[in-house]
This record gives sequence, structure tokens and C-alpha cells, in this order.
Amino acid sequence: MRYLPKSPADRAAMLEAIGIDSIDDLFATIPGEYRLEHDLAIPRQMSEQEIIEYFRDAANQNANGYASFLGAGVYRHYRPVVIDAMVQRGEFLTSYTPYQAEITQGTLQAIFEFQTMICELTGMEIANASMYDGSTGAAEAVMMAVRVTGRDHVLVAKTVHPEYREVMATYAQHQGLNKQVIGYGDDGRIDLKELEAAITEDTACVLIQSPNFFGTIEDVAVLAELAHAKGALLIVSIAEALSLGIVKPPVEADIVSMEAQSFGVAPGYGGPYCGVIACKEKFLRQMPGRLAGVTKDTEGRRGFVLTLSTREQHIRREKATSNICTNQALVALMTCIYMTIYGKQGLKELAEQNLAKAHYAARTLAATPGSKLLFASAPRFNEFVLQTAETAEQMNQRLNKQKIIGGLSLARWYPELGNATLWCATEMNTRVQIDGAAQVLSQKETPVLTHA
Amino acid sequence: MAYPTKYRYTREHEWIQIDGQIGTIGITDYAQNSLGDIVFVEAPKVGATLEAGKTFGSVESVKAVSDLYSPVSGTVTEVNDALNAEPEKINTAAHDSWIVKVQLSKPSEVDALLSAADYEKFISEETAH
Amino acid sequence: MATDTVLASETGKTDETAPFRGITRKVSEHVNQNEGLIFEKSSPGKKAYRLAPLDVPEVDAQKLLGNVARQDLGALPEVSEIEIIRHFTRLSTWNYAIDLGMYPLGSCTMKYNPRVNEFVARLEGLADAHPYQPEALSQGAMHIIRDLQNCLKEITGMDSITLQPAAGAHGEFTGILLVRAYHASKGNPRKKILIPDSAHGTNPATAAICGYQVANLKSNAEGMVDVAELEHLVDEDTAALMLTNPSTIGVFESEIHKIADVLHAKGALLYMDGANMNALVGKTRPGDFGVDVMHLNLHKTFSTPHGGGGPGSGPVVCKKILEPFLPIPVVIEKTDGTLSFEYNRPQSVGRVREFYGNFGMFVRALAYILANGPDGLRQTTEDAVLNANYIRKNLEDVYELPYTTATLHEVVFSDKRQARNGVKTGDIAKRLIDYGFHPYTTSFPLIVPGALMIEPTESESKEELDLFIDAMRQIAREAEENPALITSAPHSTRISRLDEVGAARRPVLRWKPETTSDAAPASPEKESLVPASVAEEY
Repeated sequence: MRYLPKSPADRAAMLEAIGIDSIDDLFATIPGEYRLEHDLAIPRQMSEQEIIEYFRDAANQNANGYASFLGAGVYRHYRPVVIDAMVQRGEFLTSYTPYQAEITQGTLQAIFEFQTMICELTGMEIANASMYDGSTGAAEAVMMAVRVTGRDHVLVAKTVHPEYREVMATYAQHQGLNKQVIGYGDDGRIDLKELEAAITEDTACVLIQSPNFFGTIEDVAVLAELAHAKGALLIVSIAEALSLGIVKPPVEADIVSMEAQSFGVAPGYGGPYCGVIACKEKFLRQMPGRLAGVTKDTEGRRGFVLTLSTREQHIRREKATSNICTNQALVALMTCIYMTIYGKQGLKELAEQNLAKAHYAARTLAATPGSKLLFASAPRFNEFVLQTAETAEQMNQRLNKQKIIGGLSLARWYPELGNATLWCATEMNTRVQIDGAAQVLSQKETPVLTHA
Repeated sequence: MAYPTKYRYTREHEWIQIDGQIGTIGITDYAQNSLGDIVFVEAPKVGATLEAGKTFGSVESVKAVSDLYSPVSGTVTEVNDALNAEPEKINTAAHDSWIVKVQLSKPSEVDALLSAADYEKFISEETAH
Repeated sequence: MATDTVLASETGKTDETAPFRGITRKVSEHVNQNEGLIFEKSSPGKKAYRLAPLDVPEVDAQKLLGNVARQDLGALPEVSEIEIIRHFTRLSTWNYAIDLGMYPLGSCTMKYNPRVNEFVARLEGLADAHPYQPEALSQGAMHIIRDLQNCLKEITGMDSITLQPAAGAHGEFTGILLVRAYHASKGNPRKKILIPDSAHGTNPATAAICGYQVANLKSNAEGMVDVAELEHLVDEDTAALMLTNPSTIGVFESEIHKIADVLHAKGALLYMDGANMNALVGKTRPGDFGVDVMHLNLHKTFSTPHGGGGPGSGPVVCKKILEPFLPIPVVIEKTDGTLSFEYNRPQSVGRVREFYGNFGMFVRALAYILANGPDGLRQTTEDAVLNANYIRKNLEDVYELPYTTATLHEVVFSDKRQARNGVKTGDIAKRLIDYGFHPYTTSFPLIVPGALMIEPTESESKEELDLFIDAMRQIAREAEENPALITSAPHSTRISRLDEVGAARRPVLRWKPETTSDAAPASPEKESLVPASVAEEY
């Protein structure tokens, strides 16, 4: 086996040193009736060439060369090659969690830079070293708010990503939480009247998403005021991190739970991604996940350590703030490099491009016969909801034939919207693609589309 | 380390000073010494109800968390906020660094607590193990 | 060994009384580059990007967004590409990594991370696949999921699986949710989970989050489950026992089936923490010895990279009785042979993560399994166990072995002998850094005071193991003759021991620009990040 660095002679010498005749002597503690005497029924050992072939075959069965307008929590943005060049360095890739600070300063400093950038972007005072993803991050943020307030009622906007809400429901089910979903108004934003009526002295938090699942941007300041008036916390979940390049950060929120996948992380059929929780400093002790902090060594030199680990499971055990153990260090590093590459100006310019592309796409697609832009009165970033005469399935079948993946059907979660699809246009979508999609929507006969 | 004779003690290493109906609670020098450098004290809020023998907060070092057990039952009247900024005060002067003050609801509970001499005997046995 | 001679020539002394200082054969010191924070290199106008020209009409952001338009991105850096490459390359050189050498962290299974795994995970069509693209255009990804599922079920001897959990602890959470749903479906979710005192900290944390009380199960004199004690504790309120097998001291629970029987007799389930699966693959299967549900760590047993602390992946495998409760969606094969996600599962515990799990890790784990095949996986396990026992044999005369039971893939010593000279497990660990190794796991499991938990994995050659053994033996001698050298270690790193107490007492968790305090969000005063004494370094 090519990954094993031993010759038969090495093995024999080691057995002799141990003082046994056969490797099976070392497994003697496993009762005989449970010892596996035959080969596992899995594929035979493959060469590297065969492995690559296997996965190439699989990749070829997926969509290839399609123009895609999918967003909905996973965004297709250009990934500068510098990112993979850096994260594939073995010193980052094959290092463990930086508990031994003296020999993991690279990872620790990068995490510290990540935490700083997340604070700058979100307008929060502190940020952790990352969570699994946006869905579990939102659930952890809610549990954090419950600990902070000592209350157990949770209000969740229906415009929060449906899968985030499902994950939250799974987390909350054995925590004795009382959860209520708040609907949305004509502009696709949380229904303020319904929310105001629902907030009570028992409300731990209000969880919203902005830009929300429909792509519209919530008025965080107003929502914060409503929540704070009753002593509840406002949690803002952000699925499209790039929006922060041009959308005002939710500074009025108490906790921000963000999915940073947009920042240089490939869609990768659903993960791994990079959640992160940022919040006001006064909630530090209730924050889940790892934290890197600055300190000094015995000579007074600056260095970084994982700190405040008493919040975590390996010390508190059943009293821990969360059972979270791993974070998403390598993915956080990708996002950190991405934020460094684009930086203060680039994120803004890129966000502006996204705004322009989505604006053009929304206008162009809504102008096709039988189509209508929903929630048009609220501000949006790079996503929008289109209502069509035909069903999402019919529309997408026609689009797929032209190697276009259209908007995501909302029927599964929002049947009340009829034939509604959620579209996303980023810097990856060319005008030709957008016009091509509009052409398919307009025409019955199939146009010829070339990807310029 | 001499343990002040005016205090009473618990087997969980808290001390309490009684002044009328008010009890002032901290942790002993023995406790701070075994915990090491203290980095955080989690105290209850003013108005919280404490029950004798039950946890009411915790003291943290870098790698350990120790629960605080209340010597008496009562209501918290005051919390030593100075420990937020300088938790290390407990390390330098455990017997002068109180954590909370409580209004006693069952003053007779104090009788069951250890005297300084009893406590010193108790910890010398514990150390011997 | 010519240690003394070399020492003498190195120090230029022949003084017999000079305190012993070991020879670090694996490493020599070399310079590495200093590097400040990226923010400290930033200045307006520097760029590392160029956008393609916009091919649609420009928009007025202020007009479109109104009062939600952002004006400024604060202190995000502005740097050039070469600075970014140097910055992160320099940082990387400050890390220890498997690619540099042995990483004997007990319980963490730090094995080689094959490069072909990284290559295939980045193939176009896999990396670019959107989780919501139509199933008809995702068959390749779904085949990978199904193939990995089949392999993992076969390896563990279990019936059903979910790949959704994002990490080991997340898998535990999912597994205990399954347990709870199973009991609830029988009318009573039950109240408590039994956890041995040797368990990982995630176990009790998980039980608590799933609404269970934790009942502690004491280990017996051999560090194993005390079956009599277990029989005494298990009752109709017991939902499950969470057991790590082999245990955290590396010992196989030889009475495992008896343990399962005791639980099953009372209707309780056996949960296995799969953290130590690297000791079992291809040699025995949890499904065969009575386990009902367990999680795997793809980042331990199946070689997906740790990446400095994640991402992980924590699939959960279970017996048929628990299948109805698996998280949604599950992959099914339709009558036409295509694969599909099934969402309509009324008894499901729900969703534990968005989409289908850390797919990128599935690709890597499957690539590892395909590279090994059944014979490779078995040889891997055998080599892992051989390595651990070789270390044990070569160190047991100098380090205390608190449990002498036969061990599999890891060995746990204690610092009892060295502690007499004031040298603790944490000190020995730090000194090991000077010898060119990452430390082993310290102070765990909790049942061994002053534990040194060593797991070499199969990835180490005999030569590397001999260097490790040599280092550990020299440190043992230093502990006798030169303890101060150990308690002040490491001596060879960029920075010396860091003030963790100060970091925790007054946490500084982000950088702040020094001059623009009015622009930064309001927050309590913080010390400057750059102590005056080291300012010249940057």
C-alpha cells in the first residue's frame, strides 16, 4: 500500500522488538468471534490514475458548462487562484487545531486576522474562529441568545433560509424552546406588525436574515428597536457575505451569524463552508466556538493563543456552551485570503458589480411575457424572486436544454407564491447568459445560445 | 496560610463572614492555590436566590472551571464587580476578595459550617491523600 | 548511543558534571521570516485584484439601496498580490504539520493526507456543483455519496447511514438524536445517558444538548468498563451508553458483547464513539459486536486533512431499527436506476445541517478508501497498532505505564516518574517540540493523572519512530539530570511559552487601527496590540 512507509523487513524487526511472532498477537484482546476473517466487500485497491478516472467520471455526470442562476445560500463567485495555492501548503492543510501555540502561530495569526476582518465587515465587536456553516451557526446563535437572556421564546422570520430554520428546529427541540415563525409582507420583508405583536417579555431573540431568502434587505435598525424595547436580542443571519461590500452592516444587531462561503469557497455540492458568529463584546462568555487572542511570550514578543477555552466542551463537558469541537479553520483561511485579496476597495467594487448584474437580470427577466418581479419595492442585493406563468419545473426544463440552470423553485417552502423562482446573478453571469435566459423565457422555440 | 478565625468554611472551599443578617462569601486560599491563575469569576446577579450547598457561580483558570457552592441560603445583595477587571485579586488575597454578599434567609445554617481550625484539619487531610 | 560524546564535543566541554542536554537528531534550527499582521502592511491604493469590465449598465448603488447603502469597509486591508503570497507563506512556515513529521496526538489520528484527495475534490463538476442544481444534473455527486455510504456501512458492519453531520461532535449529536427519537417512538424518550469517566468531553456535552442527564460510569482497575457497575446503573430510564472502543487508553473492551447485552436487556442502546476506529478497520466491525449507532470521523480514520482545526465530517452509521429517524434528506435509488433525495420521512429527527453535509470531505474519504482497498485498509490498521506497540515497548522502562492491559493504536503513559523532579506531562510535550516533533496529547484521558497519550498512526516509518523514541528517552534523562531545561521548553521556536493567563484575563480578540479610534465601533479600552518592547520586530 503506497501510503504505508514500511518494508516487510521493518515490520518483522518491529515485531521482534516487541517480542511477538505475528501481528495478530496484538489484536488478541478482540474476542475471536468478532475478528474479521475475510476481506471487506469494498472496491479493490486502485492506482492514482484509476482514482482520478473514477472521480472524473462522476464529475462528468454533473452539470458541466451550464450557466447557473442559483444562489439561495450558496453563491458562485470567482475564486482567485492565490487561495488554493496558499491553503494547499501542507503547513496549513495538514496541521492540527492550534492548541500548541508555539508551533501553530501561522494558523493562530490567520484566525486572528479572520476575526478582525469579520468584525470590520459585520460591525460587531468580536467574532469567533468560525462555525460549521450558516445553518448551524444560526442555531447556535439562537441558543446563545437563550443563555444570555434566560428566556425561551424565539421568533424566527419566515424569510430566513428554510434549511437554516429546519436545522434550528432540530437543535431547539430538546432545549424546551418555544418557537414562532413570523411571516413576510408585500415587500418580501419581515411583517413588522406581526413581529411587534409577537415580541413579549419572554422573547429571547428575533432571528432574521438580511439580505433574506428572497434577496430583499431588511431594515435592521427598526427591527433592533422593536426587539430591544422588550429586552430581546436581535440576531441577523447573513447568507450572502459579499452583500456587506455594499450593504450597511447590521451594527444595531446583538449577534450576527454569517455564512462566509461567498468569500472564495467553492459551492462543492453543499460544503464544507464557513459559518461565523460575531457579536457585542458583552456576550463574549456565551459565545460558542474557538477564539484566538493576542498575548506575549516570556520575552515580551507578540503571539497568539486559543483563549477562553473554558467555555468549550473539553473542559466544561456537559455544561459547555455548545458541543462544537472542530471549527472550519482551513475554510476560514480561504475566506481570510479572499478578503485580503479584494480588501477594502475590491469587496465594494465586486459588490457593486453584483448589484448591477442582478439589477439587469431582474429587469430583463421580468420583462419577458408572463413574468413578474416579486417584492420589487424593497432594496435587494444579488437575488430576486420571479413569478412566471409556467411552473418552475417547466421553465427549468426548457432552460436546462439550453445549458442554463434557472432560478430555484420556491414551491417546496412557499407554495403561496405560486410559480415563483429565486434567481441570483453574480459577477460570474455574463450579459449573454442573462439575455439567453430571457430569450428562453420569452420564446417557445429553442434559441441557439453561445456562451461568450 | 492562616485561615481567619472570624470566617466559617465549607468543604467545597468557600469562606463566609457573617455580619448580622449579611454574609460575605469568597473562596479560600487553598482553593485559589489549587486552581492556579484565576482568569474569570462568574457571579450571580444582585437579587438572585442562593441555596445552601448549591452552585451559584464559577471560578475559571485557563484550563479549569470550578463551581462555587453557597455556604448559606439567601438573596444576593451585592456583587464584587472589581473582580471582572482584576480576577487575579483572588490569587493575591483570597480571604480579602469577596465574591458576593447575601442576605441570609436561614441564619442557623451557619452553625453547620466549619470553623477555621476544622477547615485547616480538613484540608490537611485532603492534601495527604 | 553516542549521546554523551556528541554532547561533549558540541558544548566543547568534557565536564562530567554538565547537566545533560539531549541531541536533537531530527531537526536543526533555521531562520524564518518575521511577519506582522496583514493590516500593518495595508495602505490605500494597493490592490491584489482586477475585475472584468462590467457588461451590463452600471447602477447607482446609493439610489438602489437608499439608507441601507454602505459607505465604508473600515479597516479591511489593501495590499498587493506578492505581499499576500509572502504573508501567508511566512505564516505557514510557523506551523508544524504532518507533512513535516510525526504528529503523535492521541485520539486525533493525525495520518498522512494523500494529495490525490485534494486533486479530485477540486475537479470541475464536483467543486463547482451547486447543491440545488437539478438531481438529473447531480447524479455524479450523488453516486459519490452513495458509494461512500456503502463503503462506510461495510467497514462498520452497520445497516444505515447519514453523511450530513459536519464533524465528530455533530455526528454524536445526530446519533443521540436518533437514540432519543427511537425511544420516543416507543413512548418514552428515557432520561439518562451513561458515559464512562474516560470519555471525550464532547460526549457529556452532546448528551446535555439532546436533553439527557449524564450518569458517570467509573472505569475499573484496567481502565475498562466495569460490567458489574454497568449492570447496577442501567435501568428503564437509561437511553444509551456512549462508549469509545477501543477506549481512550487504547484498550479494546473485550467484554463488549456483554456490555451490549446488559444494555439491550433493559431496552437501552449502545452508542459507539468512533474516534478510535483507526484501530479496528478491516479487523473487526462494531456492527458485529453489538453497537447500535456510532459516528465516524472522516478527518481521523479516513485521512481528510485537519486543516488547522477543520473542516471535519462526522457520518453516523446505525442499525436498521434507527433508520426511520435519520436526518432528511436520504439518498434513494429510483426504479429507473437514478439517484434521488428523499425528503418525506415523517419519523426523521429533522435536518442537522444545510444541504447534504461536507461533500468535499466525502470525496476525499472515498478517494482514500479506493486507494487502499480491503487489503490496504487492513494493513493500515495493523501498522497503526504495530507502531503504537513498538513505542510502548521502547518507552515503558522510562515512562510509567498506568494500565498494562494490551493496547491497540495508542498508548497512554503518565508523568509519575518525571513529576518527582517537577517535570509534568505538559513540560515534556513542550520539550518534544525542540526535538522536532509535535507533542502528544497531554492530560487526557482524565482517568490517568498526568497523561501522555501517544498515537503514532500507520503513517510513520520505523526510522521516524526510532527518532521519536530516542527523543522521548533523552527527555526522560533530562528530566532526571536537567529538569529546568524541560520546564522552560520550548527553546527552539520563534516564540517562547505564551502568557495564556493574560490572554484570558484581558482578552484581545481583534486588531484595531491605532489612530482611527473614532471610526472604530465603541468598545471598552484595550491595550495596544504591539508591546513597546517588540515594536522593532515589525
